[in-house]
Amino acid sequence: MSMSMQILLVVLGVVAGPLIGGLIGGLDRIITARFQSRVGPPVLQPFYDVNKLLAKEYTVVNAWQAFCAYSYLAASMISVALFFLQSDMLVIYFVQAVGAIFLVVGALSSTSPYSQIGAHRELLQMLAYEPLLVLVIIGIYIETGSFKISAVYSWDKPLLLKLPFLFVVLGYALTIKLRKSPFDLSTSHHAHQELVKGVTTDYSGPLLGLIEIAHWYDVVLFLCFCSLFWATNIAGMIILISITYFLEILIDNVSARMTWRWMLGNVWAIGLTLSLVNLIWLYQQ
Amino acid sequence: MFKKLIRNSRMKSPWLLHFDCGSCNGCDIEVLACLTPVYDVERFGIINVGNPMHADLFLVTGTVNSRNSMVLRNLYEQMPNPKIVVAIGSCGLSGGIFREAYNVVGGVDKIIPVDVYVPGCPAKPEAIIDGVVTGLQKYDRIVN
Repeated sequence: MSMSMQILLVVLGVVAGPLIGGLIGGLDRIITARFQSRVGPPVLQPFYDVNKLLAKEYTVVNAWQAFCAYSYLAASMISVALFFLQSDMLVIYFVQAVGAIFLVVGALSSTSPYSQIGAHRELLQMLAYEPLLVLVIIGIYIETGSFKISAVYSWDKPLLLKLPFLFVVLGYALTIKLRKSPFDLSTSHHAHQELVKGVTTDYSGPLLGLIEIAHWYDVVLFLCFCSLFWATNIAGMIILISITYFLEILIDNVSARMTWRWMLGNVWAIGLTLSLVNLIWLYQQ
Repeated sequence: MFKKLIRNSRMKSPWLLHFDCGSCNGCDIEVLACLTPVYDVERFGIINVGNPMHADLFLVTGTVNSRNSMVLRNLYEQMPNPKIVVAIGSCGLSGGIFREAYNVVGGVDKIIPVDVYVPGCPAKPEAIIDGVVTGLQKYDRIVN
């Protein structure tokens, strides 16, 4: 890849990331509303929300909180840019994890008990999905022989045929990361209230807007990871992502919020078993 | 153009905080009814956030008494500007039938500035939505 091409890809990732993330959020809210026999907000609603938040009064609990919000946004942005550069999956994974940690540290820096408990639950959620994500990346490595995303794009067969169980495992991670039921423990993405607003309780105004934008980057990053499972053609990618996201919304609407113990037990038991079965099967071939 | 965009966004995304300030729950049920599929205020981008730090609209029901006046003021002060307060129901407006009680301070406007008054015992969901829309028009005038 030439230098100008690389710069173009980074700009594309950084600009298109939040636009796509916001649109997906808007569609999500409309489809969810239809499931509940409501009309739902306009597609552009997430953009209205973020615009409004960015224009609100700047209130901040302490300097750490502001620093953490900016760092979370920066890390999410970098991870999407790295994905568009077709870089190393492990690097993307670590940068993404650093961003998620900054969100938690920011919430912990406030003295509000809601924010504190929300932050602890966010940590438990990360504990649940981060090991699974590593196993998914290892699965892709065993199949393609490289951690590079460019290697996945040059692979001639869709990975889904060889890694079906690992895709389900990635689905678990996606559900947690999208803050969907039954895993919306730390904060909910809808108008539900649990622990007031959990990890985002003490972020307000422009900082909350930044966190929302960072969340859009995260959604795009995880959907990009899903798209790797059918990287042979664009139509396949789009169909795979659409079906996955639709199933996520369906699961969100038919399930209740569960406890963190259930989440850890269930996600680790099912996730690790499915990953091991798939990895052993791959290794045998 | 930038100003217009923000103004448009503010009008389309009012997040509300609902506080039961010693109401009989009649008005509270009507407020929550606005969020059900029958009235579906999420069409207008309205979300019940339940966190003063995220809210733009403050819906208060019920009488204010000496115990909860502090909570009411605290919630109001935690909301970042710009913000709008809507008092709902006879009790929220003036103290209603409880106004003579020894523990009652009176309506919501005794403690915090109120922008819109929605009468009724209980206030109808239609009236509450109308109050919110009136509040938004005032909000538009305040911020611009």
